[in-house]
Amino acid sequence: MLLNQFLLLGAVLFCIGVYGVIARKNAVMVLMSIELILNSVNLNLLAFAMRSGTADGHTFALYIIAVAAAEVGVGLALVLLIYRNKRNIALEDLSEMKG
Amino acid sequence: MVAQNIFFAIFAVIMVVGALRVVTSNNVVHAALWLVTVLAGAAGQYILLSAEFVAVTQVLVYIGAVMVLFLFGTMLTRARLGEETDLNNKTWILGIPVALLLFGTMSYALIDSFGDEKLPEDATVVSTQVISDQIFGPYLIPFWALSFVLLAATIGAIVLARKD
Repeated sequence: MLLNQFLLLGAVLFCIGVYGVIARKNAVMVLMSIELILNSVNLNLLAFAMRSGTADGHTFALYIIAVAAAEVGVGLALVLLIYRNKRNIALEDLSEMKG
Repeated sequence: MVAQNIFFAIFAVIMVVGALRVVTSNNVVHAALWLVTVLAGAAGQYILLSAEFVAVTQVLVYIGAVMVLFLFGTMLTRARLGEETDLNNKTWILGIPVALLLFGTMSYALIDSFGDEKLPEDATVVSTQVISDQIFGPYLIPFWALSFVLLAATIGAIVLARKD
């Protein structure tokens, strides 16, 4: 197996995730795209861990999984709160802080 | 090595198709279910990279917990669960050149710096014991910080989502 095949797969997933963050209006869909981005980072970390033969990359990947779980929890609570106040979770409508 | 490459290709195709459907689907629930295929494919790739513990954690945490959260979030924020036409921004077309430019830059950098470097073929599976020695040894301080992050996230989610 080549190192680059995993890194390029991670790059593809990362770019698809970035496209999703830019293009999507629904806040839940944006959170899903962020999950794609975090997964591509994990793929890179584990590929480099196999290259170096140490377990540091595995530790980082586990930490990223934990941070992603926390992020989704808080993010969905925020989305729920926005929905309760505005009956709508379209990100374009959240422009109260626009100058 | 051939079998591993075949399985890599199968998982990679599943993941890329699933990821594209996640960002193009017009149905939030379908997008969440396509995200499950991407996450499961990622778990398969982790096993190919001899990271069994991370793969199992991926299945338990992402497919088990995070996806349930997503489906609950969808259920609680939408009156109807069906096709929708306005899931994209008005400027969504700008995302395509940004993503393509980013991918071009990244793939050029990766191919330029790693070329056809091979992964070691005799890599042993990193055992869970080694990972726990790492977490409770040199990476103990980040582990503590992460515990506080999770505690703060739990309290924050409860405080934000309660009704009063």
